[in-house]
Amino acid sequence: MGHLSSPPVLDPTADRTMILNMGPQHPSTHGVLRLLLEIDGEAVVRMVPDIGFLHTGIEKTCEAKFYQQVVPLTDRIDYLCPMVNNLCYVMAVEKLLGLEIPPRAQWMRVLLAELQRISSHLVWLGTHAMDIGAMSVFLYCFREREELLRIYEMVSGQRMMTSYFRIGGLAMEPPLGFFEAVKKFLKIFPERVDEYENLLTGNFIFIDRLKGVAIVSAEDALALGLSGPSLRASGVDFDIRRDMPYCGYEKFSFKVPVAKDGDVWARYICRVQELRESNKIAQQALDGMPSGSIKAEAPKVVLPDREKMKTQMEALIYHFKIVTEGFTVPAGEVYQAIESPRGEMGYYVVSDGTAKPMRVHMRSPSYANLQALPKMCEGRLIADVVAAIGSIDIVLGEIDR
Amino acid sequence: MPFAAPISGVDQLKDRPMVAALLGWNASAVQDARFDRDELTIYVTRESIRGAIEFLKSQGITDFLSDVTCADYYPREPRFEMAYHLLSIKNKQRVRLKVRLSGEDPVIESVTPVWPAANFFERELFDLFGVRFLGHPYLRRIMMPEDWQGHPLRKDYPVEGYR
Repeated sequence: MGHLSSPPVLDPTADRTMILNMGPQHPSTHGVLRLLLEIDGEAVVRMVPDIGFLHTGIEKTCEAKFYQQVVPLTDRIDYLCPMVNNLCYVMAVEKLLGLEIPPRAQWMRVLLAELQRISSHLVWLGTHAMDIGAMSVFLYCFREREELLRIYEMVSGQRMMTSYFRIGGLAMEPPLGFFEAVKKFLKIFPERVDEYENLLTGNFIFIDRLKGVAIVSAEDALALGLSGPSLRASGVDFDIRRDMPYCGYEKFSFKVPVAKDGDVWARYICRVQELRESNKIAQQALDGMPSGSIKAEAPKVVLPDREKMKTQMEALIYHFKIVTEGFTVPAGEVYQAIESPRGEMGYYVVSDGTAKPMRVHMRSPSYANLQALPKMCEGRLIADVVAAIGSIDIVLGEIDR
Repeated sequence: MPFAAPISGVDQLKDRPMVAALLGWNASAVQDARFDRDELTIYVTRESIRGAIEFLKSQGITDFLSDVTCADYYPREPRFEMAYHLLSIKNKQRVRLKVRLSGEDPVIESVTPVWPAANFFERELFDLFGVRFLGHPYLRRIMMPEDWQGHPLRKDYPVEGYR
């Protein structure tokens, strides 16, 4: 965030180039990303991303909170898929505690994580297409996203900052009518994806803007830490859900879309395919939803049911203790990685044996993916920069934390 | 998922491929090893971190750098523990390399020349922990303003900041 005291970090190296400032209030930077472009005519010679405008010190705040109080903070990191962040954090703490999660909670987590992937990709698709100039796709995408937000509101009472996954399970049993609403959505959604594809996949203008633009080879992608759909679009067949399964993903069958070209078009195709695959996973989770408890058997960690708390002394004591002094977590360190819609989301949690985490570090996929942007854009036109930013699907809340 | 009891010590873990590979490369560089909660941690000396990561990359043992981070154990000395999370996509395995750094002289060789992915992560640690990376191409603050005083993620920095 070198914008306060020092002049732009780039100096024109040759007489014919100039510096162009893009952002942080540029509509196609998807937030408060500032890019310094050294341009020669309309070609980008060099690009330096400048970030930190949204830094709120979440990692520092975590160290002052009880373990269960960190969950709402994780919502704010990647606000397009809060439950995926919740999932990663609670799984890291559960790993530290050695907690066993009942199957119903796991399947609910998978179901909601996949719905979040869909709603996150819908925002990506809408804004990406709008950056390129296809305004109407945005409206179609947000129509479906609205239905998903209603589903999240049903289950957690919140549209965006859900905090629904808790350490040891879920916050509460899903309400009546929830599964019907999800079923209805999953039934219509494949047709809706066809609708988006009708608008974009065969659209000559869209293809021309995307094909062959911002190419990243597989070697470069790995070296630059690219992950998720952006890495798979470069031909690296790796998905944490399939290759290092967590949260019961080994019980689901799905395909991992991979493309070879490594350009913006390949990233578009991968993500659109993922929309369909996520729909299938969510359908499987819905069909096979086990019955049983949604909370682990761990009275010292998981808040008791309201009814029990009012009638049983023991439960009341545990409730009081968890709320007032938290619960201690055995000393140790874990790195839990999951596949977020943007790539490898990892939580590194260090415990020193007290009720507050000693260190919580988020390896956010957007942060690493952004590093590949200069590689993609250098030597190309300014208009391609807009397409490239959209294609790596960054969320600035997650980058700056 | 209850885990088996942690195993610690280089001797107990020398059969693990990653530990064996590093021992074969330079036995004096490996200080300690631990296997806890299904995660392998190898402590290496400060001087050998870039060499170790370069070795693991050149041999194809790890092919992705997931994360570089640090934790502050103030007031203990050595105060900082750097953690490098490496991934082998081929073998579907993760390993964590750790380095202890003293509070007086938190300097370490940068791994950005080996893994360009480390660039932003190291800048973040320079900014928030005050760890300096030798050989980093562009070591400047990334989150905080350029003229910021102090390093916010250090434990002796108050959570509310200095008022």
